Amino acid sequence: MAHHVLTTPITEAQVRLLRVNDTVTLQGTLFGIRDATQIHMFDRGRTTRFALAGHAVIHTAPNVKKVAASAEFPAGYAAVCVGTTTSDRMERFTRPLMSQNGVRLIIGKGGLREASGAAFSDLGGAYLAIIGGTAALETTWIEQIEDVDLDDLNPESLWKFRIRDFGPLLVGMDSHGGSLYDQVRAAVDARRTQVLAGLGVATS
Amino acid sequence: MIVDLQQVEEAARELYIRALKILPPDIKQGFARLDAGETDHTAKSVLNTMLANIRVAEDTDNLLCQDTGIPIYNVRIGANTRVDGYSLKQAIRRGCEQATRGYPLRSSVVHPLTRKNEHSSCGIEVPVIHIDFSDTAETLEIEMVPKGSGSENNSFLKMAIPAEGIDAIKTFVVDCVIAAGGKTCPPTIVGVGVGGTSDLCVALAKRAATRALGSRSGDADAARLEAQLSAAVNLLGVGPQGLGGDSTAFAVHIEVAATHITMNPVAVNMQCHSARRARATFTPTGVAYGF
Repeated sequence: MAHHVLTTPITEAQVRLLRVNDTVTLQGTLFGIRDATQIHMFDRGRTTRFALAGHAVIHTAPNVKKVAASAEFPAGYAAVCVGTTTSDRMERFTRPLMSQNGVRLIIGKGGLREASGAAFSDLGGAYLAIIGGTAALETTWIEQIEDVDLDDLNPESLWKFRIRDFGPLLVGMDSHGGSLYDQVRAAVDARRTQVLAGLGVATS
Repeated sequence: MIVDLQQVEEAARELYIRALKILPPDIKQGFARLDAGETDHTAKSVLNTMLANIRVAEDTDNLLCQDTGIPIYNVRIGANTRVDGYSLKQAIRRGCEQATRGYPLRSSVVHPLTRKNEHSSCGIEVPVIHIDFSDTAETLEIEMVPKGSGSENNSFLKMAIPAEGIDAIKTFVVDCVIAAGGKTCPPTIVGVGVGGTSDLCVALAKRAATRALGSRSGDADAARLEAQLSAAVNLLGVGPQGLGGDSTAFAVHIEVAATHITMNPVAVNMQCHSARRARATFTPTGVAYGF
């Protein structure tokens, strides 16, 4: 259970060092991405001017305030509250995000499924779990909204954040087939019969 | 008492922001209880991060969670309380929009087909406004619940049949908690509706999910089932954020309604660990804010 401090972008070799139950703190740049962002990118053929290769994306749609563009707020946005949404809805976008855009790390809550796990193994990637619903804390790790693309989708724009000491995040899925979510799911399924029996319900 | 609609509009605005920032004391106590009983190392660390977030939100005067949710206003009009119902709903809607544009909050509300966001947290039938009545003299109560989507996306209805009995209800609740896994941001309040028509059953589940922790169902049989199921779901090992542990749910709450001789409906609606709500009570002496 190692702790890794990674400055993005990272290489395939770096991501393959990550193992389930390790922890990660990120430095540098982080991109915010969400349902509508990816529906437009992968179903409707829209492209971004951002180079995402080797980068980390987080499943988010932040609360922001429009301000005059300045050195402090180069995109004309101040971060109000930046949190994380449930990843499962975006399961089918993991592979194209990696194969077409070169993304290495996905940060989210609640985990992803088998197809994402396979993409992490095939292409070299990992899923980093953040604690959902802890956005006030997460916002303190965001230094600046550096830039924004596809902003007609606001708040589901493609956000470019500058981050500092972002984490610790838990490696929930790695590039070696490991998934904490699979482990927990198997353990829960194994307990179901006993829990129901405790409630007086017989299962076949 | 004659209700001042300007005050209602202000309260509707204030309640939305307040609910997003301050977690009710019963939920904080629920966290303390789960933290004390948690035996899993990862789960303990997850709960501690959630507790740290509550402190940071208060210290930095920030929102607890980025999800501003679908705004719900539950209004209860007391006896001898005069208010024009249509205007009351319009005032609440204006307050909701002001909170969103003024703060500004992320508008999480879109048209269901075009997906267009008006950036007002308002749309067709939204904010959701429920109006009910009470026999308390000269009172108007407005409860505000910002319902986040992580938990709301895990809503379930089963039209079970009488031959399946209470076992169907128990099995359904357990299986919904398993199916939701970490997606609902556990630990959750698992709201269960039993009986009624299909729509009433789902509404009961939502009412149960947004009830204060420590409250019991008014029906003695349902209250017993609440206790049984609360203990049972925490034996599953889903844990906070679905990463394993004892703290899967703060509680299972059940609300019941009479149903048809041929029906046995059960619905589940969950509330995430950021179980936010705020309340304004109007009386002749003024407006008091609480939970």
